[in-house]
Amino acid sequence: MNYSGILLQLFQDTLVVLIAPLLLGWVNQCRAWLQNRSGAGVLQPYRNLVKLFHKDAVLAHNASPLFRFTPYILFACMWLAASLVPVIATDLPLSPVVDVIALVGIFALARVFISLAAMDIGTSFGTLGARREMLVGFLAEPALLMVFFTAATISQSTSLVTIVEALAHKQFVIYPSLAFAAAAFVMVLLAENARIPVDNPSTHLELTMIHEAMILEYSARHLALIEWASALKLLAYTTIGFALFMPWGIAEVGNWRFVPLALAALFAKLLVAGAGLALLETVSAKMRIFRVPEFMGTAFLLAVLGLLIHFLLGSN
Amino acid sequence: MTTLFSALPIDIALSVIAYWLLLGLIGLLLQNSRIISQWIFPAGALGALILAVGAVSSLGGAVNTAVLPLGLPDLPFHLRLDSLSAFFLLLLGAAGIGISVYSAGYFRNMEGNTLGLLCFEYHVFLAAMALVFMADDAYLFMVAWETMALSSYFLVTTDHSVPEIRRAGFLYLLVAHVGAIAILMCFGVMQGGHGDYTFAAMRHAHLAPFWASATFLLALFGFGAKAGILPLHIWLPEAHPAAPSPVSALMSGIMLKTAIYGILRVTFDLLGMQLWWWGALALTLGLVTALFGVIFAAVQTDMKRLLAYSSIENIGIILVGIGLAIIFHSFHKDALAALALTATLYHALNHAFMKGLLFLGTGSVLHATGERNLGKLGGLIHRMPKLALLVLVGVLAIAGLPPLNGFVSEWLLLQAFLLSPGLPHPYLNMLIPITAAALALAAALAGYVMVKFYGVIFLGQPREDKPGEQVHDIGIMERIGLTWLALGCILLGVFPVFFILHIDYVTQMLVGQTLGSTAAQTGWMWLTPIQPERASYNPLILFLIIIIGVIFTMQVVKKFYHGRLSRGPAWDCGFPEQTSRMQDTAEGFGQPIRQIFELFFGITREVPSPFDKKPHYHGETRDLLWDWCYVPIARITETLSALIGKLQHGRIHVYLLYSFVTLLALLAFIR
Repeated sequence: MNYSGILLQLFQDTLVVLIAPLLLGWVNQCRAWLQNRSGAGVLQPYRNLVKLFHKDAVLAHNASPLFRFTPYILFACMWLAASLVPVIATDLPLSPVVDVIALVGIFALARVFISLAAMDIGTSFGTLGARREMLVGFLAEPALLMVFFTAATISQSTSLVTIVEALAHKQFVIYPSLAFAAAAFVMVLLAENARIPVDNPSTHLELTMIHEAMILEYSARHLALIEWASALKLLAYTTIGFALFMPWGIAEVGNWRFVPLALAALFAKLLVAGAGLALLETVSAKMRIFRVPEFMGTAFLLAVLGLLIHFLLGSN
Repeated sequence: MTTLFSALPIDIALSVIAYWLLLGLIGLLLQNSRIISQWIFPAGALGALILAVGAVSSLGGAVNTAVLPLGLPDLPFHLRLDSLSAFFLLLLGAAGIGISVYSAGYFRNMEGNTLGLLCFEYHVFLAAMALVFMADDAYLFMVAWETMALSSYFLVTTDHSVPEIRRAGFLYLLVAHVGAIAILMCFGVMQGGHGDYTFAAMRHAHLAPFWASATFLLALFGFGAKAGILPLHIWLPEAHPAAPSPVSALMSGIMLKTAIYGILRVTFDLLGMQLWWWGALALTLGLVTALFGVIFAAVQTDMKRLLAYSSIENIGIILVGIGLAIIFHSFHKDALAALALTATLYHALNHAFMKGLLFLGTGSVLHATGERNLGKLGGLIHRMPKLALLVLVGVLAIAGLPPLNGFVSEWLLLQAFLLSPGLPHPYLNMLIPITAAALALAAALAGYVMVKFYGVIFLGQPREDKPGEQVHDIGIMERIGLTWLALGCILLGVFPVFFILHIDYVTQMLVGQTLGSTAAQTGWMWLTPIQPERASYNPLILFLIIIIGVIFTMQVVKKFYHGRLSRGPAWDCGFPEQTSRMQDTAEGFGQPIRQIFELFFGITREVPSPFDKKPHYHGETRDLLWDWCYVPIARITETLSALIGKLQHGRIHVYLLYSFVTLLALLAFIR
């Protein structure tokens, strides 16, 4: 065990949990600008969290312990996921604990818990949201796994750290398989983080909502934790995208001097990615829920195609 | 030859079998429900415990053989306990403990004479399964196999007054026997014309590739009928719901694995060679089975049928592992074959625990509510909190979520897929990524199915309120049995390396390579099937991190949060008149799957007109294979029987004429 690694890990754990709402705020702010609104500022998610933490919690009469535990499990899972991704350095002692397959498993664990919690009260919207979330999930999960598999076969490893090191060291060549995988990954990211065109985070319209329908019955601290976990999830997905498709600027093992540089690179990438996400959301329209399987099916097929290309063409 | 009173593992196993038979007889003679449930079933569980301990101790030990002077003259029973047998005996014993203890509580209110009979069949069933795992000649194997089939048939038809159950039992018996014929023919091919039906002789017979392939196909068909591989799965969703829940748990958790044992025994032990296309065939079949099972599980409305389809899915996953192992072994990549085989065996063991737990859980729900239909359940987490917690473990495990056991075997299997590039065959290189994708899809769908299963039964509000109904939580025996199985799920999930080191003896025997030495290279906590840089997984630390994360978050929130909390009616976007009928039914929850995979189902719908005063909706999803495969076969059989029936006149002179013609024909042949 090296102490620098542990320090870095602790630093990253704190960093991700603190900047996660900032990314959300930035995306919302960009969206507001693109829609010719002035927006609430990038710090608005923090204000929302503080407001929610000050409120009195209201639980439904028939809420079970599962309902009360779920926000904590969700938060722990997302926090873990976000702190496992090599964000600024690859020297993370926690990283070998969980490889990419297990990372997908952690996302699935969180999804199953939030869906179960949504069914717990037994309201019409709750079960509707749970059903739709699982519908999106069962197509997004294998697609994400196939994206990871493509990267894993290129770098001969399922460990995210090794993938990053392998991809960062290769000369800049465009892998056709990675191009397919990147397209699939963006689609999965949109779907899994309840963004347009799959879901709309800023509406409570019963015809379309997925994520919001599941968390209708939550309030105060529980809701705050869930919102925070969603922000962490967005951050985790974005940084996974960086790790797979733009792994430049991440500090390598034992290279402390590069950490400030890596931090700067991270923020630059987050700025661009957040703006890009907002642009994507602004130019596309929300889909009918019946079209979501087709969208997700496309993502899945693209990811499989990427893997297939890799298997057939070889890794040169 | 063994001598009496030497405590060789095989003697322990044989004594357990004899002990189970004795217990069954005592139960049959006693007919006292209190004694049977309080003493005999726990005593049976003790036998299972001894068997499990004996099996663990014989894993990796010397191969024990025994010859029992039973059976026909000059045809004694040959028995053998090697690592493969020991592993499956361990599976039988370990899962059997939980199920037998649970049965002690479950059957306590049953009538004496029915229970006596059931106790007899139950223990004969256990003993027969143990004998299947230990048989070392085709004769004993078939005797044990048929005893197993018959005893389970009688167990399935415990409630034989219900016509559907009789029908389900008949279907089960029919498919079991079609399979048994194929197994018999498989042994017939394998003995290679020497007339020696011991497995030892079969190991030394060198078959030509054609005959070896014939053997493999017959074995796949015969054992596939027992395991529920497509298209021979049809008995599973009928027989499992018909049987009492502990019997379903035994059949699904353990009996299906006898077929897996059979395939492994024939393919890797008795046959001296493997061809790659056998593996490709098993891979494809397994995948189709897994996808089919999980898609059908998603649209079921009966909780035990749902679990039966989920068993089909898991058997499919196990078969995928076998297929991969065959492919790797046939290309002499034995380390990879060991990885795939470890994943297979691990999943078989996992499934015994998870599915046992879930089937027993449905048994408790059935006992408490008298309802099997998901559409009439709901909200049981409030009335049966202990059961709900234990079933939650099983649900998370079978959905393949870390850090529980289902994830470990799926992780190993996916790792095996990832290592497959570079197989010297272009078709395989194309097939394998597609299979990996489909396997990932099946695993993700399993999550959907399990959310539906758990959410509809335990969460929400009760869908049908029956006034004056007393729903009580599970009793102490049920709780012990379920806890044992749930604990198994957790331990298998958190300490995989420990179990893999034991599975190593089996892979060493079957493919000559092990996984454990590599898997444990960086300590017992780290699962690293190849090099640590390539892939590593540490479920124990993952488990701890999640727990610490939850506790830490709770403490921090508690410190800064004022803690005011009030209860109120559910909000639901301000909609005031909530009733429990507005929740998703089981059908509603499965609707997206029905829509997406519409081609797979035969769907019939009756939708009421908008002006109907008493609207009635009826929807049914049918298994298309039933129409495409079984109905034509049944029709052909009936036509043929009718044709043959024409020979029957019931007049003696016609029959005499037949004999005369036959005699003439034979004379003409022999002359």
